[in-house]
Amino acid sequence: MTMADKNDNSIEKLVEQDYRPGFVTAIEEDKIPKGLNEDIVRLISSKKNEPAWLLEWRLKAYRHWLGMKEPTWANVHYPKINYQDAYYYSAPKMKKKPKSLDEIDPEIRATYEKLGIPLKEQEILLGVEGADPAAGAPANVAVDAVFDSVSVATTYKAKLKEKGIIFCSFSDAVQEHPDLVRRWMGSVVPYTDNFFATLNSAVFTDGSFCYIPRGVRCPMELSTYFRINAKETGQFERTLIVAEEGASVSYLEGCTAPMRDENQLHAAVVELVALDNATIKYSTVQNWYPGDKNGKGGIYNFVTKRGHCKGANSRITWTQVETGSAITWKYPSCILQGDNSIGEFYSVAVANNYQQADTGTKMIHLGKNTRSTIISKGISAGHGQNTYRGAVKILQRAEGARNYSQCDSLLLGDQCGAHTFPYLDVQNPTAQVEHEASTSKIGEDQLFYCRQRGLSTEDAVNMIVNGFCKQVFKELPMEFAVEAQKLMSVSLEGSVG
Amino acid sequence: MLEIKNLHATAGDKPVLKGLTLTVKAGEVSAIMGPNGSGKSTLAHVLSGRDGFKVTQGSVHYKGKDLLAMSPEERAREGVFLAFQYPVEIPGVGNTYFLKNALNAVRKHRGQPELDAHEFLKLIKEKAKLVQIAETLLNRPVNEGFSGGEKKRNEILQMAVLEPTLAILDETDSGLDIDALRTVSEGVNSLRSKDRAMLVITHYQRLLNYIVPDRVHVLKEGVIERSGGKELALELEKTGYSR
Repeated sequence: MTMADKNDNSIEKLVEQDYRPGFVTAIEEDKIPKGLNEDIVRLISSKKNEPAWLLEWRLKAYRHWLGMKEPTWANVHYPKINYQDAYYYSAPKMKKKPKSLDEIDPEIRATYEKLGIPLKEQEILLGVEGADPAAGAPANVAVDAVFDSVSVATTYKAKLKEKGIIFCSFSDAVQEHPDLVRRWMGSVVPYTDNFFATLNSAVFTDGSFCYIPRGVRCPMELSTYFRINAKETGQFERTLIVAEEGASVSYLEGCTAPMRDENQLHAAVVELVALDNATIKYSTVQNWYPGDKNGKGGIYNFVTKRGHCKGANSRITWTQVETGSAITWKYPSCILQGDNSIGEFYSVAVANNYQQADTGTKMIHLGKNTRSTIISKGISAGHGQNTYRGAVKILQRAEGARNYSQCDSLLLGDQCGAHTFPYLDVQNPTAQVEHEASTSKIGEDQLFYCRQRGLSTEDAVNMIVNGFCKQVFKELPMEFAVEAQKLMSVSLEGSVG
Repeated sequence: MLEIKNLHATAGDKPVLKGLTLTVKAGEVSAIMGPNGSGKSTLAHVLSGRDGFKVTQGSVHYKGKDLLAMSPEERAREGVFLAFQYPVEIPGVGNTYFLKNALNAVRKHRGQPELDAHEFLKLIKEKAKLVQIAETLLNRPVNEGFSGGEKKRNEILQMAVLEPTLAILDETDSGLDIDALRTVSEGVNSLRSKDRAMLVITHYQRLLNYIVPDRVHVLKEGVIERSGGKELALELEKTGYSR
């Protein structure tokens, strides 16, 4: 090889990427007819045996949605979605609801095993590591597994209940804890909020519900694993987490889907409520199918996530690693109402091949001495387009509010793009707002430096990218951070020759 | 060890090396001196395999192998080390972590077992002492926020850890004050060995007071114009490059 050849071999070269969770589980589905109308909304509600107030809420949302326009302000481009051409409910057929974890359909169990998510509870004592290495996932994580439109299993429910913690599927919560659901659902993201959230409010099918009572620190990580399996089906889940006074919880969320040529819609709503002195840490590793190297297929991920720091000294931390989806439209935000409350947003977003990501956050400072931190790391490769969009709003009575924002973009190759749209609205003169931004191309200099020390190009890129993401990865729970690093190297596999 | 024959190379489109011939023996420290634009840095880049430099004619053999046919990482694993004139910063990547991965890539290539974190830590602490680099620098990201002197010392630390057979020092003296120059030179001298060849590229004779070369070659307009012993450097200091 001459050195001229090696030039062609450098940054622009793309090869196919490997999407390991792209398999389909063959399972009988219980599907309702295609399309969207009031009858479908009623049908979903009746399938879930919901109380009348909830059906009413859905219908109000649906009617409101009919008068709404799909937003066009985001820096993403896709053909018009035909909302009548999708299934709004698909569930694996079950003779009866499994009473215990042992009764779960073996096909579904195998699916989660393949994804590295054990649907069983392990009796692992502290310090007795590797008691069941085959299980693959760390101990001390309770899992709620959502398969298409329904939750198929939730682990460690009983153990958590001992502390008064409720962790279950959203559907179960509606049945078993209707007062709590009714009190908090829609309190952070009202059904009128935005086009996708309103659609979700009308047709949501499942999701997770967590309630941490006053003064309780949740003893283990809670997690939900979302899996889309059925074809032409949208997934619309809702998650609601409430941390009462002095409570704390760390919650993780993972997502995957099979490789398909058609695009599939995922429009979720997540609401977090933190009362006085409560802490919620919400971490996401989003790895929906991103589409193939030519941009065919992939998930449209239109998600509304918002946390309400309602109480004084409360704290909500969003950490996200977004490697998947054809399109990501997502702005996990914090309403900092309680005095001295803290909102944090740590994000790594990858746009490779033809992926488009428009993501960021909103920090709305209402209370006194509220603080927010935004660290956003965007990585663009191939023809990927990555947009950071963030708003910091400091309202009049937010005396002494502070914000620090840092947005860094890393470009791999010269066909991709990075865009930054920070919005600032400061209405209180005592506020301190700092914004830093940088865009760098992964240096030929850095790459050569690493290679001159004996590292392969691939290893060098991984190292540089992981170094770039470090500020965010260190916010993830330990096991997740390792997972995120691996995922990052798979997502960018072949993006540099 | 290194045999360069009639080497012609371009930087971008510009011909820089125009028939350079040079032999370096194991154990020898050879100084390459020359005025600005004579091709000194191009030579370093061509030998290490950097993009943007094209060999149009000639050959380079290293330990009997065709060096030009190897990728930069292969050359590195075969024992070619370039101490950069401008060491590169890699934010977020720990110095120790970086060097451990580099060493293990090299060891793997040589068929040696990889070092674990514990073994590596012991090694790097030893080497840090040898090249007089503060241990605090080991935990910082690669070259990030390092002073000019620290960066150059870090290059020598990497060299000490990777134990190359051919070390190319590209203007290692540039940007160093006299004290830093002395420490860096002491580090380099401690790494002199009968199995290791060094190519010391420099502008000024000053560095050669500290790193005393076995051979001095004068590079001018892309060819080696004169060669001699260490006294040649002193002579150049008096007469300059244009005689």
